[in-house]
Amino acid sequence: MPPLLEVHNCRQAYHKDSSADLVVLDDVELTLQEGEIVGLLGRSGSGKSTLLRIVAGLLQPTSGEVLWRGQPLHGPAAGVAMVFQSFALFPWLTVEENVELGLEALGIGGKERADRAEAAIDLIGLGGFESAYPKELSGGMRQRVGLARALVVQPELLLMDEPFSALDVLTAETLRTDLIDLWSEKKLPIKSILMVTHNIEEAVLMCDRILVFSSNPGRVASEIQVNFPHPRDRHDPAFRQMVDDIYALMTRRTPTPPAAIASPAAAAGFATPLHPVNTNLLAGLLETIVAAPYAGKADLPALADDLQMELDELFPLGEVLHLLQFAVLEEGDIRLLDTGRAFVDADTDTRKHQFAAALRAHVPLIAAIRRTLDERWNHRAPALRFRDELEDHMSPDYADETLRAVISWGRYAELFSYDEESDQFSLDDIDATA
Amino acid sequence: MAHRPLPTVLGGKHLPNIWDVVALITVFGGLIALAHSARGTLVPLDALEATAINLDPWSLPDYALRTTLRMFAALAASLLFTFTYAPLAAKSRRAGLIMIPILDILQSVPILGFLTFTIAFFMSLFPGKVMGLELAAIFAIFTSQAWNMAFSFYQSLTTLPGDLEEACRGFRLTAWQRFWRLEVPFAMPGLVWNTMLSMSAGWFFVVASEAITLGDNNWRLPGIGSYVSTALEKRDIGAVAWAILTMLLVILAYDQLLFRPLVAWSAKFRFESTAGAVAADPWMLRLIRRTHVLRVVGEAVGGVFNSVGGLRIRLPHWRSRDPATPTKLGDAVFAVLVTAGVGYALWAVIIYIAAELSWADVAETILLGCVTLLRVAVLMALSSLIWVPIGVWLGLRPAWARRVQPIAQFLAAFPANLLFPPFVIVIVAFHLNTDIFLTPLMVLGTQWYILFNVIAGAAAFPGDLQEAARNFRIGGVLWWRRVMLPGILPYFITGAITASGGSWNAAIVSEVASWGDDKLAAHGLGAYIAKATDKGDFHQIVLGVVVMSLFVVLCNRFFWRPIYAYTSRRATLS
Repeated sequence: MPPLLEVHNCRQAYHKDSSADLVVLDDVELTLQEGEIVGLLGRSGSGKSTLLRIVAGLLQPTSGEVLWRGQPLHGPAAGVAMVFQSFALFPWLTVEENVELGLEALGIGGKERADRAEAAIDLIGLGGFESAYPKELSGGMRQRVGLARALVVQPELLLMDEPFSALDVLTAETLRTDLIDLWSEKKLPIKSILMVTHNIEEAVLMCDRILVFSSNPGRVASEIQVNFPHPRDRHDPAFRQMVDDIYALMTRRTPTPPAAIASPAAAAGFATPLHPVNTNLLAGLLETIVAAPYAGKADLPALADDLQMELDELFPLGEVLHLLQFAVLEEGDIRLLDTGRAFVDADTDTRKHQFAAALRAHVPLIAAIRRTLDERWNHRAPALRFRDELEDHMSPDYADETLRAVISWGRYAELFSYDEESDQFSLDDIDATA
Repeated sequence: MAHRPLPTVLGGKHLPNIWDVVALITVFGGLIALAHSARGTLVPLDALEATAINLDPWSLPDYALRTTLRMFAALAASLLFTFTYAPLAAKSRRAGLIMIPILDILQSVPILGFLTFTIAFFMSLFPGKVMGLELAAIFAIFTSQAWNMAFSFYQSLTTLPGDLEEACRGFRLTAWQRFWRLEVPFAMPGLVWNTMLSMSAGWFFVVASEAITLGDNNWRLPGIGSYVSTALEKRDIGAVAWAILTMLLVILAYDQLLFRPLVAWSAKFRFESTAGAVAADPWMLRLIRRTHVLRVVGEAVGGVFNSVGGLRIRLPHWRSRDPATPTKLGDAVFAVLVTAGVGYALWAVIIYIAAELSWADVAETILLGCVTLLRVAVLMALSSLIWVPIGVWLGLRPAWARRVQPIAQFLAAFPANLLFPPFVIVIVAFHLNTDIFLTPLMVLGTQWYILFNVIAGAAAFPGDLQEAARNFRIGGVLWWRRVMLPGILPYFITGAITASGGSWNAAIVSEVASWGDDKLAAHGLGAYIAKATDKGDFHQIVLGVVVMSLFVVLCNRFFWRPIYAYTSRRATLS
């Protein structure tokens, strides 16, 4: 029997005039057999959602081949349905009308449409809510509508784009178990599920196979078989071990320090996208790691559990600490360095000085901005100039994020001021000795 | 009133670009061509001169009905235009490039000045028939309604939520299903709001377009507008009062029976996923929902719409190819065609104006334009001084705001030109200076936009900020300068833009006035256009309207848009 879906040699790039293409996905191979749940796991920006949209036929890959049941895929295929992270429910349609939408597109009308919609609504536990509008429902109930809407067209492949990430912890857990129960009891019409997630535990809990993505460009870094039978126990030592292993795998993939990269532009430090991480969170994380029970070294899964943070929230914090050399990330652990300890012990003003020194030493973009301001007679520089340089190496969205990060850190460290109105950096209100 | 759609003149980019110039030239070239082709066939209509307007108040219900029918005929045409023009502009990159600036110019042009052209055109289509005049009147109303509706629809089409778009594609809805399931519902709140604004503008036009003087020809279509103009001619103040009363009742009826329910109903299409505070349903909507017969009828109508919208009709879809890779050849052909068209239009405008007019005329109109600009500016300042404090006072007292808000909206919908006669009588009786005392007529109908937007702004002002201001004992000038004025600024600007736009249009009918044989005229561009219309001098009308359009467009681009952009960045509480 041919596989349900094959993706070969898939590459997705956005063309840019000024420089090389921005590669989002590179050389991705994916084969999906009947009867399996496959998870695409990775950080935001690793291209996993892009891959899902390519499989859905919503995006045409720049190059490579997508085969659905052995046939090349052109546009959204019958037999593939998608569940969205944001639910994507039509606020002006009732639950029933939302569920019927896909049937309407197939030209199914009258009693059959009503019956099938009713069956899907009951299956997914929405009975009694047929005439409600989405805004009357809680997040969990809304995602149930999203599921019912996808299932009612009886797809062979169900695509899910971070389906539980907009829900609170308890609701998400209920929904996951309900879905897995229906799947194990073979009550679902689907033959296979492909889901995108950034939650490691969720992936291990639900999937038979996990593809771990690396970022910039997105590639399949490794593939993990999960052979535990359903229902799975989160506290089973083997389960914990697998979660820990994946954490280690993903921290190993953190970007190498800028200096190690060969190209001259990268050496100047403009090629590393930065996340606008809140400085209060950085300080809070450092303080937490110094204190008991961690005493300077923390296991990331345990820390994430303790702080009720998702992988996607914790990783960027750790990476910034790593970048500023306040701490190191290694093999799923985070370990504080002396500079980090000194930061925790210092008072507000000293912290600002330490942060400023670390920024100037380890974030070349900030050093460049400050140097430019110092050199100019009026101590002003348009942000546009740095934005343009960034956009030579990354997408406009990333350039924007990076610039926001630089602005917020530079402001906190009192290295420069920024005026939003004129989009300009300056040394106004900055103590010259900083 | 938490969600007020923006005035559509604010859409798009900040600075005029080449496409605006292209659009400006094309619009005027087209209008001149229309008038030119029609002019030779202009024949006097004998049929209508026989049907004199009867000043008996009992004939008013009949006239009111005819006037209202014209309104709704025009509204139907506007909706049709909206549902075709906007999707075309939104889905074809090349078409949008030229269609959107054209729309933008059209909604800034004082169409009232072009009434004569369109009448000439429609009369030539049906020579000697009343039909021509009827169509001309309906077209005039259409021109006051269609543009902002189309623009609002276009803006909605270009801001469709990405995930819903993906859901539509993923579930493989046809273009027709997508239109009725996603695009129209998403656009509905903005469209209903703009339709309401359009209707207000329409009442103003219907009154102005029924009684037409063009050169020596004088036509009156049976309707309230003709009734009033006849009453003015015969100096019958009683008849004027009856007409005003009738209009009040008509507008009250359409407001209560149609728009209140429509606005409340359209709230269901608001794109927000949280259940907000829900205002009580207007009585008419309650009636429809609770009366069995009406509900059944309503559901039947809804059902028909629903199944028509669900039909799997395949439309040609324009955006099938990747928009990032346009074909170079197609672009080149398009550019050549546009250049040729614009070149021809520009040539036509210049030839047409230069045939009879000199640079001195141009200078005169620009000078008169400045006079009218001064008037609009002074009036905006004065009405702001009056209505901002009152609006804030009312808005901070919810009990008052609830009662006054519908009245202000109602007054904005009332055709102010019906209220001109009493003012004119006073000016004639006391021999007042026309340059000063005709001026307030311009804002008679438009000042209410400032009032009800300010009320909405003050009512939406966050309670915690008010408490903070009280806690720090901020009062007097400081309170206005730092607390209240910045808080209501975006709302105020929205109202002021609508008001000033309306005032320019009103200038054409308010800078000249008459009472029997007494003709009053102020100095200004509006009076210039009105006089040219009286004389039937097409060249002067074109020049006047071109200059006025330029004033309006430049005001919008260089004054209102930057100000609005600034306030929405600085003073929005989000």
